[in-house]
Amino acid sequence: MSNAKDDDAVAGPVPVAPVDAGPVLAADGTPLKRSLSRALRRQKGRALLLIAPLLIFVLVTFIIPIGSMLFRSVENDIVANTLPYTVQELASWDAETGEIPSEDVFKAMYDDLFLSAEAKRHTRLGSRLNYEQTGMSSLFRQSGRGIDDLAGDAEDALEDAVPAFGDGETWYALMNAGAGEGNTSLLSNVRGRIGRLNDGLASADMDFVPSAEIAAVLPRTARTYTEWAVYTVTEDERVPADNDPWELVSLALVEELKTADLSGLSGDQAALLRQAQAVEFDIPPYSETFAEIDDEWVTIIPWETIQTHSSKYTAGYFLNAIDAQKTPDGYEWQPEEKQILLTLFGRTLFMSLMITGSCILLGYPVAWLLANLPASKANLLMILVLLPFWTSLLVRTSAWKVMLQSQGVINDVLVWIGLVDDANRFVMINNQFGTIVAMTHILLPFMILPMYSVMQTVPPTYLRAAKSLGATNWTAFWRVYFPQSVPGIGAGSILVFILSIGYYITPEIVGGTTGVFISNRIAYHISSSLNWGLAAALGSILLVVVLVLYWCYDRIVGIDNVKLG
Amino acid sequence: MANTSTDAAFVEFERVQKSYDGVNLVVKDLNLSMPRGEFLTMLGPSGSGKTTCLMMLAGFETATHGDIRLGGTSINNIPPHKRGIGMVFQNYALFPHMTVAENLAFPLEVRKIGKTTREEKIHRALGMVQMNDFAGRRPTQLSGGQQQRIALARALVFEPELVLMDEPLGALDKQLRETLQFEITKLAHDLGITVVYVTHDQTEALTMSDRVAVFENGRIQQLAPPDQLYEKPENSFVAQFIGENNTLMGEIKEISNGTAVVQLDGGDLIDAVPVNVTKVGERTRVSIRPERVEMNKDRLMPGAKTLKAEVLEFIYMGDIFRTRLRVAGSDDFVIKTRNAPDQARLTPGTQIEIGWLPEDCRALDA
Ligand SMILES: Nc1ncnc2c1ncn2[C@@H]1O[C@H](COP(=O)(O)OP(=O)(O)OP(=O)(O)O)[C@@H](O)[C@H]1O
Ligand SMILES: [Mg+2]
Repeated sequence: MSNAKDDDAVAGPVPVAPVDAGPVLAADGTPLKRSLSRALRRQKGRALLLIAPLLIFVLVTFIIPIGSMLFRSVENDIVANTLPYTVQELASWDAETGEIPSEDVFKAMYDDLFLSAEAKRHTRLGSRLNYEQTGMSSLFRQSGRGIDDLAGDAEDALEDAVPAFGDGETWYALMNAGAGEGNTSLLSNVRGRIGRLNDGLASADMDFVPSAEIAAVLPRTARTYTEWAVYTVTEDERVPADNDPWELVSLALVEELKTADLSGLSGDQAALLRQAQAVEFDIPPYSETFAEIDDEWVTIIPWETIQTHSSKYTAGYFLNAIDAQKTPDGYEWQPEEKQILLTLFGRTLFMSLMITGSCILLGYPVAWLLANLPASKANLLMILVLLPFWTSLLVRTSAWKVMLQSQGVINDVLVWIGLVDDANRFVMINNQFGTIVAMTHILLPFMILPMYSVMQTVPPTYLRAAKSLGATNWTAFWRVYFPQSVPGIGAGSILVFILSIGYYITPEIVGGTTGVFISNRIAYHISSSLNWGLAAALGSILLVVVLVLYWCYDRIVGIDNVKLG
Repeated sequence: MANTSTDAAFVEFERVQKSYDGVNLVVKDLNLSMPRGEFLTMLGPSGSGKTTCLMMLAGFETATHGDIRLGGTSINNIPPHKRGIGMVFQNYALFPHMTVAENLAFPLEVRKIGKTTREEKIHRALGMVQMNDFAGRRPTQLSGGQQQRIALARALVFEPELVLMDEPLGALDKQLRETLQFEITKLAHDLGITVVYVTHDQTEALTMSDRVAVFENGRIQQLAPPDQLYEKPENSFVAQFIGENNTLMGEIKEISNGTAVVQLDGGDLIDAVPVNVTKVGERTRVSIRPERVEMNKDRLMPGAKTLKAEVLEFIYMGDIFRTRLRVAGSDDFVIKTRNAPDQARLTPGTQIEIGWLPEDCRALDA
């Protein structure tokens, strides 16, 4: 009994280094700490080098795509990139007044729309705005088609009066700076604009700089000509001097010449422009032109929509993802018939929980058997557990279709024994039941394996000890064995839950309409509706939900309690 | 012997047999009867069936044949948790997800003992093993010796009358073992509990027990108090298994009222006590403990038979000298002498004469 103190000392205080000794020195006189860290640094460097390939792989294939997905869910530069002048002009317009925007806005819209129709980008914008306001897609498509009528008429009138304008050379000679002063800032602005419109760089070498003189007198003409020139060079790879510019340029010229002051100009150019000034062509207000294409333009609806969604970043996709939307009047729920995403999120969570629960119930006894049977039988059982992994996922899912459908094996058997009337066969597929059954089956191994590896480490003597202490079989199991197997349940549950929350193929095949998951919706937006922003927002929300659940789990159960092996 | 309170046997094995595979008998015809309060040790080589016996008593294995009785009633059909037997396992088997106090509370909770009584009992049990300060710790935060104490306290906390221990000190270092050996025996005697203790350390068996059952091959070879076991082994297995022993082979020449004359294979004649030899002419194995061999003729009985011996090796061991001799054709005859001032230190090659008291020399089965 006297010796009892000896092993109590194990818990006693650890001996502390003497206080008076300054920094401990290594054999060569450098402080020990420094030489230790130097020695460790080399080790760390080598370790880093070893994992570098994996690190790079993870970065490239995981972090970057996720980052780009998160970014895509808020990115919204399409409106500003496609309609830069319109957005600029609209800034001072107030929808509250109930009046349609001014003629300037319509004119800017005409130019923007003309250019984007030439670049075939207007339909993309139409579909983007259609997420927010139905009808926008067809409005833009239609307008893109009808918009060049007016400009075409202007061009005809111009060429009738001054045939030289039918020749690309004339235009080039007029607009190019040549030996005179060039307006390079206009050129680079236009380059930037075309680049943003086409999601590329408009930096090809070109043999054109807009003349500063002309740009000062005829700014719109110079701008539209430059736009055409840049577009022609970068997209069509043609030389501006050999080609006739867009009709829009003629329209701009005709309109500007009506009021332009040509007194500063001289030489051939001035003569040509004076000749053109005589062209008789009345340009109706742009709002009328738009009204002719579609009445919708003279309501405030399209303008409001454009203004509301013109910022570079938007919460719109996230709002859509939770069945809400941003309207000119603020945030509100989507119309009743479009609200399905929240329901889908709820259903995904609920069904994932059901699947996890069924996996625990079915998997626990199997894992217990695996851990407690003699090795030969356990191996056989293990093969049975792993068997599903050796079969294609599609085959397994389709097999469930065969089993569960109304003319399927189970129903046939039930009808055959007479338990079920032929007319009232069970509906077990294309609904939630079918999805839960099939996914439980598919994810079961992910539950069993971690459970098994944890149970294997629980020695059977614990159960014996509990029984020798007076516990019944059940108490011994529940109070002693079960708590020690909880880390396995935790690991399996996390695995199964996270896998099932993002599962796609099985719900797609056996889910019907009531059994599909949010991931099916994401896939739909990625491959069919092409609303990648919404898909990204849905994906981001899913990611956040998983992280939050993981965090909760960590708080409640503790992540160190999770053992995968 | 044991401080027996009643004469009636408390634990009884009657003709118990056990086979795991239906081919080999692991326990063969075990008969054992223990009075209340006895400390009995099962000692034997590995695989001799000690754990199996313990497990049958605890109820984790069923006897293939025979009857096990506890306090006079057969427990063959009573499940382990109703037997009320405390058990200490070799690897402690403390529940890792419970604190020390919760571990001790477990047997009390399943017995539905109220909270206050429970705490009192836990406190007392921890006090017995001087571990009161550790009630809040988890088993993994304890050293091996501390865990063993807790395991002991847990087996005692519900006050069982019978406690089984299967090599409880097997994993501890020598010094700690000795401390705990002492504590366990003291506790057992203080509490008056009956203990069945399994070990394959013979020192442990000899120092702790009231009686030792030596197992071999599923049979008890001898069941006796430690001193008898050491000094009066009943067969050559026990003689060789317990302690160090010199053996010489020979043949019985004469046998009469408690003494026998044995002719060794070298031709010499010696006196011995016949133990399990009966007939003249029978082969025998004569056994003498090294410390009972005498080199000093004066200490022998007059007329005692002596043998010539040649010193082969002398080993100085501090408190004793260990001398290896060639005696009657055997090269590993060892004698131990006390390191006394007058004790000669023999050099190899010396010729001496050795002898012993006839009662220290036992003629056993060959
Ligand atoms: N569960 C079992 N199944 C089959 N054979 C077993 C089983 N348990 C023990 N045996 C066999 O029974 C024999 C006796 O085993 P037991 O565990 O009783 O030996 P022991 O005396 O406790 O040995 P040790 O000192 O090594 O612990 C051994 O030959 C062993 O192989
Ligand atoms: Mg054993």
